[in-house]
Amino acid sequence: MTGVIEAPAPGRGGPLLRILPPALYAGRARMLMLRSSLAYKRAWLTIFSGFFEPLFFLVAMGEGLGSLVGDLPGPGGRPLSYAAFIAPGLLAASAMNGAVYDSTFNIFFKLRYARLYDAVLATPLGPVDIALGEIGWALVRGGLYSAGFLGVMTGLGLITSPWGLLALPAALLVAFAFGAVGMAATSFMRSWQDFDLVQLAVLPMFLFSATFFPLSVYPPGLQWVVQAFPLYHAVELMRGLTNGVVGWGLLGHLAYFVVMAAFGVVVASRRLTALLLR
Amino acid sequence: MSDALVQARGLRKCFGDIEAVSGIDVDVRPGEAFGFLGPNGAGKSSAMRMIGCVSPRTAGELQVLGLDPDVDGPRIRARLGVVPQQDNLDTELSVRDNLHVYGRYFGLSRAAVRAKATELLDFAQLTDRASDKVEPLSGGMKRRLTIARSLVNDPELMLLDEPTTGLDPQARHLLWDRLFRLKQQGVTLILTTHYMDEAEQLCDRLVVMDGGLIVAEGSPGDLIARYSSREVLELRFAPGEQHGQRAAVDELAERLEELPDRLLLYTTDGERALSAAHQRGVRPVSSLVRRATLEDVFLRLTGRSLVD
Ligand SMILES: Nc1ncnc2c1ncn2[C@@H]1O[C@H](COP(=O)(O)OP(=O)(O)O)[C@@H](O)[C@H]1O
Ligand SMILES: [Mg+2]
Repeated sequence: MTGVIEAPAPGRGGPLLRILPPALYAGRARMLMLRSSLAYKRAWLTIFSGFFEPLFFLVAMGEGLGSLVGDLPGPGGRPLSYAAFIAPGLLAASAMNGAVYDSTFNIFFKLRYARLYDAVLATPLGPVDIALGEIGWALVRGGLYSAGFLGVMTGLGLITSPWGLLALPAALLVAFAFGAVGMAATSFMRSWQDFDLVQLAVLPMFLFSATFFPLSVYPPGLQWVVQAFPLYHAVELMRGLTNGVVGWGLLGHLAYFVVMAAFGVVVASRRLTALLLR
Repeated sequence: MSDALVQARGLRKCFGDIEAVSGIDVDVRPGEAFGFLGPNGAGKSSAMRMIGCVSPRTAGELQVLGLDPDVDGPRIRARLGVVPQQDNLDTELSVRDNLHVYGRYFGLSRAAVRAKATELLDFAQLTDRASDKVEPLSGGMKRRLTIARSLVNDPELMLLDEPTTGLDPQARHLLWDRLFRLKQQGVTLILTTHYMDEAEQLCDRLVVMDGGLIVAEGSPGDLIARYSSREVLELRFAPGEQHGQRAAVDELAERLEELPDRLLLYTTDGERALSAAHQRGVRPVSSLVRRATLEDVFLRLTGRSLVD
């Protein structure tokens, strides 16, 4: 029995792909996402565990610490309970964490040990399919965490505006951008030790990106540093949307992630080409 | 343009300062089983990867299925079946899902791939392991699954890089049987090997590679006739002693090769050479008369053995 094999259309895709040679993309990135979903068929627990982490933070800090801290100034200067203040930050962080873990540890293993991508590249698929497919899966994972956490926030009455509905697509974009940069970074790693660097980037970002306290607590110099972190922009985006304080500034945060995602995809694809198509 | 499925002229591949393939000419015709025979490091895998469109060539001309890999890589790969030297099965998936997902990479529909997976599981004799993970399979089973996987797109041309290296004799024969069937179905095979028996069994035509170059080309029978006598008399001695016996037997053979523990006498009549040697008082530890093989061809061409 023979199935019909569609000829891959070289050069399909948007402006992003014009920077990358057409022979590197077959337009079948979704098949890698299919692969990931099958690989996780028996490992849903692994995915599930990541969902609880921000929940624990919310309960421990929001309720526990919140009773000592009192209200904090939210977007537009409106006072917010401590739990309501940190919840959007945790939402942003869960989008980041899901995407980063998937696009670093998992991809390193597949790249260096399992030789998965060598097998994929023997088919019509190219490095761009691999990059988009794997980052797409990181997005799914980050998106699942965000959706779960958004559900919890809704249940606890921490979403006070219909704009909050847009927090989910925003979280997907954030996850895609972190996944893309995570994969690009992973392509430069040579051993498991290098992953300490991931921790070194993610943990301070998690703690200091106006997640747990407002930017105004920092001296001006440090405020600039924090504002350069991607997670800061994700936190601001989420806080604005879930509280319905929407302005042009949010578009700036969005633009940050669009650029970050494009940069990550291009670098990751080029590195895969250099590493695997020698 | 010729009807060759693969046509290479002056094909070269460098990795930095290392020249893995130093300019080879190859023509593979439809329906034949074509071999690259050579020792480790000869450049076989590098050549195969260029043909498989996963390694850009450094210089020379290359056409695969009439197309240029630099331009039409994905289109060519859609029509190839590739069995790499090292298994790279998807260890996170079951046996069946390995076939399923691979078929999807080729753009097969879900229904087509489901039927194909069932057919290929049968071909690879892995039906009862379909829902197992890949890791616990034996080496031979993994290899059969890799071959089955490479067939998922009904390839016109198969590239098999050392398909049976590291397998026990039984597993090898089972694999050879599968490859014979493919050949009978008209699939063109290109394979590399450093086993001369494999090359003799499977290849209609082969090139002998050494140090990145092709040193001879022909059918196994041709090559043996051209570079060796029909029979070989092997005289084995305690290591080191063979050298002293050289002079005594030199003129009994058309040609003589010396290995660390034996002398190989190339002659049309091995038995007669053996009794002549006995008459001259040569007393080897053991002796053997056999037919010449590609191993002898390789020894003649390079002065070295194929497998070290
Ligand atoms: N990716 C690579 N980087 C550097 N050197 C390589 C690479 N692949 C192969 N080589 C070198 O090229 C030569 C030929 O290797 P290879 O094509 O694997 O030979 P074979 O398959 O006949 O054993 C060897 O010297 C090998 O070390
Ligand atoms: Mg090899």
